[in-house]
Amino acid sequence: MDGVSIPLDHVLLLSALLFICGLLGLMMRRNIIFILVSLEVMLNSSAVAFVAAGARWGQADGQIVFMLILAVAAAEVAVGLGLVLQIQRRFKSLDMDDANRMRG
Amino acid sequence: MLKLLPLIPLFPLVSSILLMVTLGKMPRRVVAILGAGSVGLAAVVTVLVGLTFMASGQPHHQVLWTWMRVGDFSPDIAFYLDGLTLVMMSVITGVGFLIHLFSTEFMEDDVSFSRYFAYLNMFVFAMLILVMADNLLLLYLGWEGVGACSYLLIGFWYQDPANGAAARKAFVVTRIGDAAMAVGLFLLLTELGTLDIQPLTEVAKSKWQVGDTLPLIACLLLLGGAVGKSAQLPLHTWLPDAMAGPTPVSALIHAATMVTAGVYLIARTHELFLLAPIAMLVVAFVGLITSLMAAFTALNQHDIKRILAYSTISQIGYMFLALGVGAWAAGIFHLVTHAFFKALLFLAAGAVIHCLHHEHNIFNMGGLRTRLPVVFWSFLIGSAALAALPLTSGFFSKDMILLQAYKLPGAGPWLWVGGLLGALLTAIYSFRLVFVVFFGEAKMEPDKLPGIRMALPLSVLCALSIVGGWFALPLSSVFPATGDHHPSHLVEGISIAIPLIGLAIAYLIFLGGQLNVEGLVNSSGGQRLKKFWFSGWAIDWLYDQLWVRPYKFLALILKRECVDDIYNTIVSFSQFLFMALSHTQTGRLRWYATSMVFGLILVIALLQGVIR
Repeated sequence: MDGVSIPLDHVLLLSALLFICGLLGLMMRRNIIFILVSLEVMLNSSAVAFVAAGARWGQADGQIVFMLILAVAAAEVAVGLGLVLQIQRRFKSLDMDDANRMRG
Repeated sequence: MLKLLPLIPLFPLVSSILLMVTLGKMPRRVVAILGAGSVGLAAVVTVLVGLTFMASGQPHHQVLWTWMRVGDFSPDIAFYLDGLTLVMMSVITGVGFLIHLFSTEFMEDDVSFSRYFAYLNMFVFAMLILVMADNLLLLYLGWEGVGACSYLLIGFWYQDPANGAAARKAFVVTRIGDAAMAVGLFLLLTELGTLDIQPLTEVAKSKWQVGDTLPLIACLLLLGGAVGKSAQLPLHTWLPDAMAGPTPVSALIHAATMVTAGVYLIARTHELFLLAPIAMLVVAFVGLITSLMAAFTALNQHDIKRILAYSTISQIGYMFLALGVGAWAAGIFHLVTHAFFKALLFLAAGAVIHCLHHEHNIFNMGGLRTRLPVVFWSFLIGSAALAALPLTSGFFSKDMILLQAYKLPGAGPWLWVGGLLGALLTAIYSFRLVFVVFFGEAKMEPDKLPGIRMALPLSVLCALSIVGGWFALPLSSVFPATGDHHPSHLVEGISIAIPLIGLAIAYLIFLGGQLNVEGLVNSSGGQRLKKFWFSGWAIDWLYDQLWVRPYKFLALILKRECVDDIYNTIVSFSQFLFMALSHTQTGRLRWYATSMVFGLILVIALLQGVIR
């Protein structure tokens, strides 16, 4: 652990900013692809926080959880992209507001 | 011959079931033969059984099968034949057969001819079960059976809602008495452990002393049942309305047999009543008061059948008076003679109604003496017996009751005076009826004359109404002997003279016109009294105010189902929540995400204690 070490606070700040970016994207974007991207951003923001925390305490747990998050993200993307394909096929659109079939 | 006993109720039962299952598809001739013939056969068997019984004089007990077995309680379907049963059976089958015969002509043109006889036969069956029953439970079965048949027959012409209302009234009012009687039976069963009448009286006599409380309660409860069935105060209001049924039904059920079931019940359980002198005094006074009130009411009615109905109430009051003073045999004797002459009067009234296009108002009749001679003589003989003119059957029985009442120590002379007043009124109203209907000028012409099937029963009943009192009934073995010393000749003379005075008064007012009471009647007090008596001492009005209206009011409140309001509130609250929350179900993904985020923020804020 030589050289310049980045303080934990900075990493957590970055993580929070990334999370908020993802969240705002989730709430505001209408395109399903961008919603999935926002989700990825949120997942990775928490992964960064884990890695930083692992480095800070000198434990491997943070990196293990990071691997777990990667696996979850991969699985999520696989399912998500499958859904995207179906939505595109059925509604001829990726706009989630167009995919609303409820009358309320 | 005594083994034939079960056949007697069997004949009407089989006939009734046959008539019911054929749904009126049988030809009228067959229905008439089956309906009247079955009761006739029962009457023949009754005579055979009666002759055998009279030869031996021993009570006969016949068990058919065990009805049910519940622990120690196992009532049988069993019959008990003694003098009292035989007398009742003879009246039911004998008078019943004559009335059935009369009905075959009276109901000739009715669409429901078959239904009528099915009900009537069922009634005879139930009534026979009532009087032949060996235990009080079987008696109660017959008791309820006759009540149901009475309901069906009062509402026989059910197309008119008023008839249905009269039937319901009869059913409900008698049910009040029956409930009291059922409680009485429960009390007897738990206290004495049996309902078989003969062992019951033995156990009661050994277990209870004269004047104990328990026999008093039991007797008053039984009296409640008797009062309901026999239309005595305070449950008498159903009988005048029961006249909505066909007239032969009134003759059979509401004059000759069913309404006397209460008298039979008290006579059958007289050993119990002997243990409760207070209950007997109550019986006597109920009888006397009812008989006087009904007589005053009968004096003011103008519907021919209602006059006879109130007269029936009044005469059963006499029977209760007799039972109350311990003159059991005299009460049953009056029951029998009353069955003869009241059935005669009702059938004659039925003939008048039949021949005058269903006219009921006596003031629209008149002068029928020459137009319907058979009916006139029947009515005259019936009224003479009802008024207890000397040598008619009614004279012997009523005289016996009054003399026995006079002999009762204490209240005796007062009961006697009350009974005499009733006898005077009876004579006045019965001859008022005769004079108004059969004398004077004719106002309506009969459109047909009674045929042989009407005339024959009338003639037989005429003969019975006269000679019915000349023979002693076989009751000496059933009831304890009453003292045989005769009161003074003055007392006897007054008893004989009173009906004649009544006849004279009726003649002077309604026929001769020498006694003018118009002024008295038309004064304001007279009018008010007339109206009061006409309504039957306003008792119907009183009950309407006391029971019917509060009950209807309660029903109106409960119709809204207050209890359900609680559950309905829960339901409507959840429905409101559903309506509110279903607006959040928009299907917009971004709205869901946003609301989740804000919800999350809220939860975290709560957990962190930012918001308290």
